[in-house]
Amino acid sequence: MIYETAQKTISDDALMKTIYFDNAATSWPKPEDTLVAMNLYSQSIGASPGRSGHRLSIEAGRVVFETRDALAQLFGIHDPLRIVFTKNATEALNIAISGLLKPGDHAITSSMEHNSVMRPLRSLEDKGLELSIIPCSGQGDLNPDDIVPHIQKNTRAVILTHASNVTGTILPVADVGKIAREHGLIFCVDAAQTAGAIPIDVDEMLIDLLAFTGHKSLFGPQGTGGLYIRNGLEKVIAPVMTGGTGSKSEFEEQPDFMPDKYESGTLNTIGLAGLGAGVRYILSQGIDAIRASEEVLTTAFLRGVQSMDGVILYGHRNASRRIAVVSFNIRDMSPSEVALALDERYHIMSRPGLHCAPSAHKTIGTFPAGTNRFSFGYFNTVDQVQSAIEAIHQLISGKGSYARNH
Amino acid sequence: MTEPEEYYVALFESISQVLRSEKILKNAGIPHKLIPVPRHISSDCGVCLRFTSNLKKQIEDILAGKVDVIEMRQL
Repeated sequence: MIYETAQKTISDDALMKTIYFDNAATSWPKPEDTLVAMNLYSQSIGASPGRSGHRLSIEAGRVVFETRDALAQLFGIHDPLRIVFTKNATEALNIAISGLLKPGDHAITSSMEHNSVMRPLRSLEDKGLELSIIPCSGQGDLNPDDIVPHIQKNTRAVILTHASNVTGTILPVADVGKIAREHGLIFCVDAAQTAGAIPIDVDEMLIDLLAFTGHKSLFGPQGTGGLYIRNGLEKVIAPVMTGGTGSKSEFEEQPDFMPDKYESGTLNTIGLAGLGAGVRYILSQGIDAIRASEEVLTTAFLRGVQSMDGVILYGHRNASRRIAVVSFNIRDMSPSEVALALDERYHIMSRPGLHCAPSAHKTIGTFPAGTNRFSFGYFNTVDQVQSAIEAIHQLISGKGSYARNH
Repeated sequence: MTEPEEYYVALFESISQVLRSEKILKNAGIPHKLIPVPRHISSDCGVCLRFTSNLKKQIEDILAGKVDVIEMRQL
């Protein structure tokens, strides 16, 4: 019943054959728990959280609180109220970056960042922010020691992605956290690709601000995400939006406490119901088990294509140094041509192009053409990966005729 | 015959803090109830935690350092 709409546009047969390798954009399918929780909220709660005193409103508030609580558990956060809900990682990063940095401040970031970090920083640069972008290696690695020479008197923050959405490279967040803390800098981590995929502990990694999205590895629906703000930092971060919070209603000024300072307007409660269930699913499976399973898929893919003539692979050959995101190109074929052929002939859903990260592509030498990206998820299988390897092999052998026919 | 119960309410800045307190009390097995903030206390539309007066000290201690309580008031 749940897939009724999908079946109207995609036949059962096609749905069965679908190999979904675009989990870095949005994970799919979701655990059954996510759908059940959203349905349950919708059917038997439905009310606004934190707005009225009646029991359905309180119950809606509990749904939201339980999601905060599950996320706090996943990220090693002691106080769940340090987590602010947003519609995605982009909104969270905008609060962190635009709310914190002022003209005349200096910020440090890496050349592997997604535009959700780069664009807010570039916008602020126009208004007088100084920005240092630390170059990463051709595999997307950052040497933490490269940061130190860039620290200035007015340096306020280091903003870093936990793993590249292009190469999958895992960046040395804990080492950078140590450097930032030693120099009194605020450390903001973009965990869009890693939250729910690899372990994160905000205390161990010395993370001050953690931006995450709900619809990728956390198994929530689109329209959910959040920002962890370390105790005290809410005093120096201005909200991007102000408005009704259901608290301090007698005042026309924005509340200054967590999380209300940053949560104006009615939350996406149905989405957060799903996100909470997704995170509890992760906690029940164990993040280490999820990580191990995705590493097996990545290893299988890398092994299958690395010696194939005509395939250009980017990033580390060792799956332990990357998340389950792989970028590749096929010689003499454009990424969009490859993606279309994979979709139409092999039912493989992948993403071609620049993946919203032009700087990362410049770093690995794939700008402006981009790459093909496969991003595996917990619900993919080694068999699916093997089918994709075979499909790539066939594309290489028969690519001439394919290009002519299209 | 039982003595008529004396109640206190704990007031918080927001529903999120009420719900965090609720969870802490639930986990500790301390009886309590969420009720709308009584009109004579505040015109805000929020909820507060109600409990019997004998639990006041215990609740103060368990919430200390975890959730900011605006005040505890006798009903």
